[in-house]
Amino acid sequence: MTPPVDTSADEILRFAGVSMRYGRGPEVLSDVSLSLPRGSFHFVTGPSGAGKSSLLKLIYLAARPSSGSVRLFGEDIAATPTRELPRIRRRIGVVFQDLLLLDHLSAFDNTALPLRIAGHKPAEYRGDVAELLTWVGLGQRMNALPPTLAGGEKQRLAIARAVVNRPEILLADEPTGNVDHEMALRIYRLFVELNRLGTTVIIATHDQDLVARSARPVLHLEKGRLRPLPPQGPLAEPGE
Amino acid sequence: MSEPFDPSRWRPASFLPEEDARDPALLFVVAVLCFLACLTGLGVIAGTRAAHGWASQLTGEATVIVRARGGETPDAAAARAAEALAGVPGVTEARALEKEKAYALIKPWLGDVADLDDLPVPRLVAVGLDAKRPATAATLSAALKGQGLDAVVDDHSVWIEDIRHAAGVVSWTAATLLLLIAGAAGAVVAYATRAGLAARRDVVEVLHLTGAEDSQISNLFELRFARIAAVAGAAGAAGAAALGGVLRVIGGGQGITPALPIAWIDLLAVLPCPLLAALVAALAARVTARGLIQKL
Repeated sequence: MTPPVDTSADEILRFAGVSMRYGRGPEVLSDVSLSLPRGSFHFVTGPSGAGKSSLLKLIYLAARPSSGSVRLFGEDIAATPTRELPRIRRRIGVVFQDLLLLDHLSAFDNTALPLRIAGHKPAEYRGDVAELLTWVGLGQRMNALPPTLAGGEKQRLAIARAVVNRPEILLADEPTGNVDHEMALRIYRLFVELNRLGTTVIIATHDQDLVARSARPVLHLEKGRLRPLPPQGPLAEPGE
Repeated sequence: MSEPFDPSRWRPASFLPEEDARDPALLFVVAVLCFLACLTGLGVIAGTRAAHGWASQLTGEATVIVRARGGETPDAAAARAAEALAGVPGVTEARALEKEKAYALIKPWLGDVADLDDLPVPRLVAVGLDAKRPATAATLSAALKGQGLDAVVDDHSVWIEDIRHAAGVVSWTAATLLLLIAGAAGAVVAYATRAGLAARRDVVEVLHLTGAEDSQISNLFELRFARIAAVAGAAGAAGAAALGGVLRVIGGGQGITPALPIAWIDLLAVLPCPLLAALVAALAARVTARGLIQKL
């Protein structure tokens, strides 16, 4: 059973019968339909190989569906010319599973990357970048290169880069995968704060404890299909 | 201890690492190829000039062999022939050559003969022809016959086609070599660009997924490789020009050999090399980068 499709005007993302495969391989997503309202906060859960990362790739336009349609910000992605896709990508922040930090750039440069790409002048964002890095606890490591940062610091740096451009959608693929429980909670609180500021947040995670304690809606994938999550009692919001 | 980071003094770093371990090797290879290309280019220029020189020499000259008749001395016959030819339209100059020159021509066959004056050696008359409207061999023969001279006109134009053909072969061969070397340089730059991009796939991927336009990404690599190729091109061109200069100094006005006369102005031909190398590199980088981005 797939979740009901929300057709409200405040919809930020819609999948309609989306399937996806890599090359000529098997389908990694099958007939996925969903609709997310603007400003929502969802977890994407499921066992390894269930299609969580593939689902996120479709949203951040790193892949195209083999069938079905994806609408982002009200635009049909299949009908959008390739040259228009960068403009849409700039409205999305992504914390990649392997972080994808650029090792030759300082933490400050890594964080400023989306703003530079968007064509902003350094004078416009220097202060914001410094403030954001301080907010994620990297105020003393702004000039550090990623290889010199600890795992949790790298994770927070990747988050800072993902949110610096004030994206309308924030995607995070296993953002707490390599950090301890305390750091996972800190990162989660960051996402909650961003969501409160209006960002739509979608987090793919294996961390069932975090999911259970947050009481946020869940998109549960099994073998590439959306399935209802087995009922679990919501716990108190972590950190709230 | 390092100074604390001051955001107000921050300057954006290059998206690409400033240095790449492969850059010096690429620079060397492209410089060598540019050097060879420039040298070949100088060879094309010199060869073409030499070929034109040979052809214009042949079309601008004729030689008349005059044999004395009756009691007339060979020198007198040659002088009379020169005088007769000087008045023919299309002749700019007619000059009887000294007997020593005629002797020198037959020396390879006769050896050191003690007294050549005893032999009926014909005399030579060098005839300069108008470059635009040269007198024909038939006209010259008629003028000589009109003066009752026993003379044969050696028409150099018989050789012109062969000379032109040979010169054309030399020029085309050199031009083909130039194209091959330029093509090889382009291929090397393209290959290096592909390798460089593959090594920097992380940068390409991050920029692409963060919303960079394809042109923003490819421009980074275009500039990087164009800069390397321009430096390499300048080094190669400077080396070729220096070698050309040395040949010019050693060989004087005729360069190292009369077959390839190098002029100082020829050395200016290497000037476009850095620009051309940079353009080839930029184009190769653009095509490769766009191809890679399409596959992401």
